[in-house]
Amino acid sequence: MGFFFEVLFGGFLAGVLYALVALGFVLIFKASGVFNFAQGAMVLFAALSLVRLMEWMPIPLALLASVAIMIVFALAVERLVLRPLVNQEGIILFMATIGVSYFLDGFAQTVWGSEIYKLDIGLPNEPVMILESVFDGGVLVNTFDLAAAAIAGVLVLVLAIFFQKTRIGRALRAVADDHQAAQSVGIPLRDIWVIVWSTSGIVALVAGIVWGSALGVQFSIALVALKALPVLILGGFTSVPGAIIGGLIIGAGEKLAEVFIGPCFGGGIETWFGYVLALLFLLVRPQGLFGERIIERV
Amino acid sequence: MLYREAGQFKTTYGDDQAIFPIRQDRWGIAIVLAIAFVVLPAVATPYFVTSIMIPFLIYALAAIGLNLLTGYCGQVSLGTGGFMAVGAYAAYNFAVRVPELNLIVVFLLAGGMAALVGVVFGVPSLRIKGFYLAVATLAAQFFLDWAFSRIKWFTNYTPSGSVAAPPLDLFGIAINTPDRRYYLILTIVVVMALAAKNLVRGRVGRSWMAIRDMDIAAEIIGIRPWRAKLSAFAVSSFYIGIAGALWAFLHLGAWEPLAFDINRSFTLLFMVIIGGLGSIVGCFFGAAFILMVPLALNQIPLALGMPLSTAMISHLEFMIFGALIVFFLIVEPHGLARLWGLGKEKLRLWPFPH
Repeated sequence: MGFFFEVLFGGFLAGVLYALVALGFVLIFKASGVFNFAQGAMVLFAALSLVRLMEWMPIPLALLASVAIMIVFALAVERLVLRPLVNQEGIILFMATIGVSYFLDGFAQTVWGSEIYKLDIGLPNEPVMILESVFDGGVLVNTFDLAAAAIAGVLVLVLAIFFQKTRIGRALRAVADDHQAAQSVGIPLRDIWVIVWSTSGIVALVAGIVWGSALGVQFSIALVALKALPVLILGGFTSVPGAIIGGLIIGAGEKLAEVFIGPCFGGGIETWFGYVLALLFLLVRPQGLFGERIIERV
Repeated sequence: MLYREAGQFKTTYGDDQAIFPIRQDRWGIAIVLAIAFVVLPAVATPYFVTSIMIPFLIYALAAIGLNLLTGYCGQVSLGTGGFMAVGAYAAYNFAVRVPELNLIVVFLLAGGMAALVGVVFGVPSLRIKGFYLAVATLAAQFFLDWAFSRIKWFTNYTPSGSVAAPPLDLFGIAINTPDRRYYLILTIVVVMALAAKNLVRGRVGRSWMAIRDMDIAAEIIGIRPWRAKLSAFAVSSFYIGIAGALWAFLHLGAWEPLAFDINRSFTLLFMVIIGGLGSIVGCFFGAAFILMVPLALNQIPLALGMPLSTAMISHLEFMIFGALIVFFLIVEPHGLARLWGLGKEKLRLWPFPH
C-alpha cells in the first residue's frame, strides 16, 4: 500500500510539472485564442536564461533579468508573429507557434549553450517519511515534491487574484470573452497580448525553475513539455483549475500505469499513456473537464 | 513570349482535361523527367545521388502524402513520422517473413498497412478538428514510436532493436548500386506524384478541398465528411507509408525507431508549409528547400573559412526553420508553389506589363 502511494505521489509531482507548463498554454489560449505550441520552448529558454545568468549575478538579480528577457520575448512575438497574423485561422497561428518553438529552441541553445546545467536556487530536496501512523512503513516523499506543489499552488492563487481582482486581469477576461467587444470599449488588444505572453513567459520561468531543479536544465525539457498537451485536453483549454487537476490526473495516471500495467507491455508506456487517456476522454467530453466552450463538432 | 498558350486550341474534352493543358508545361515536365532519368545518373557522383537525390525524392513523396491530408483536406497531422515508421516496419516484416514477395508488392503492402493505421488514427478526426486533432495525431506518433521500440515482434526479435533491410531484388535485378536505387525510387515517385496530381483534380480531391474550405457547407452539398476525411487519411498514410518503406530500405538500409521520431514529423510539416499547402509541385520545392538549408549551413561557412561546430549548425538549423515557417505563414501562406505560380503568370504576359 505504501508503495502505491509513493508511486501516486511521484505521479502527482510529474503532474504538477505538466500542470505548470499547461498553465502557460491556458493563459495564452484564453486571452488570444492562440494554441501556443512554443510553451515548452519558452520553459527551456527561461530556465536556460536563469541558470546561465546565475553564473554572473546573484539569484534575485538573475530572476529579475530572466523575467525581463521573457517580457522582451513577449514583445517580439507580438510584434513579429501575432500582429502580422491577426485574424488568421487558429490552425495557421498554431503552425506559426510551431515555428516560434523551433526558433526558440535553436536560439536558446545558440545563446546559452546546450549542455546540461544544474539549477539550484535553494529548493529543499530531502526525503521524508509521512503517514507513518496510517501505514506500516509510511510513505517516502521528497520535500522537493512538496515545495513544487506549494509553488504551483501559490502560482495559481496569484494568477487567480490577478485575473479576478486587478484592472488588467479584468481586461484580459474581457478580451478572452470577445475580442471585438473588448476592443470597442477601449481595451488595447495589442497591449493585452503582450501582457498575456509576458505572464505566460513568467509562468514558463517558474515551470523552468521547478523542472530544472528536478531534472537539470537541458534540451529535453522542451520535449517533455509536450506532455502538457494531453493535460490541456483533459482539463479544458480555457480553465486554470482544469490545467492543475488535469495535470495531476495525467501525471498520476501515467506513473501508475507505468508501474502497474506497464510490465505487461514491455514498459515505457508512459510516453503515450497520457495522450491515449486524453483521446479517450475527448471522445466522451470534447470540451475537457472544465472547458467553457464546446468545441465545434463536425 | 515563350510561355503563352495562345494558338493552342482545345478541340476535345480530353484536351481540356489533360493534366498539363499547356504545351510548354508538357515540354517542361518532359525535360525535367529527361534530366532526372537520363542526364543526372550519367553525370552525378554517387555521393550526390545517395545523399541528396534519394532523400530529396523520398521526402518529396512523404510531403505529397502529408499535403494530401493537410493541404488538401485541411487536417493537420503531427504523426507523419509514425506513419512512415509503420510503412518501414511493415515492409521489413513482409520482406523478412515472406521472402518470395516481389519488392513492389512489399512496398504496396507497406503502404496499405500504413493506410490502415492511418484510418484508425484518423477516426478521431470525425469528432474533433484543428489543434485537438493535431494532439490526437501526436498521440499516434508517440504510440507508434513506442510500439516499434518495445514490441519485439515488429523488429523480429533482434536484440539491439535495430533492423536491416534484406538484400533487395526486383524481377531478378539486384537493387544494390546507388543508380539502381535511384531509378527505382524515381519511378515510384513519378508515378505516385502523377497519381496524386490526378487524384486532387478528381472527385475525391475536390471533396477533400470542400471539407477543408468549409466542412458544414461541404456536408450540405452532399459530401460525406467521414468518407472524405477517412479517405484522405488512408491515401495520405499510403503515400507516407511507401515513403517510409523507401526511406528505410533504400536510403537507410538499417534503422531503428529513432529514425522516424517526432522531428521527422515536424520536418515534413515544414516542407509542406514552405513548399505550399495544397500543391503537389510545392512538395518537391519544399523538400529541396529543407534539404538545402543544412547543406548550405555546412558549406557556406566552410567556404568562408570559418567552419561551425556540428551543434552550432543544428541550432542554427532550428532557428532558420522556425523563422522561415513564421515568415512563410505571414508573407506567403501558399509557399514556394505560389511564387512559382506567380512567376508563370508574369512570364505569360512578358514582355508586356498587362
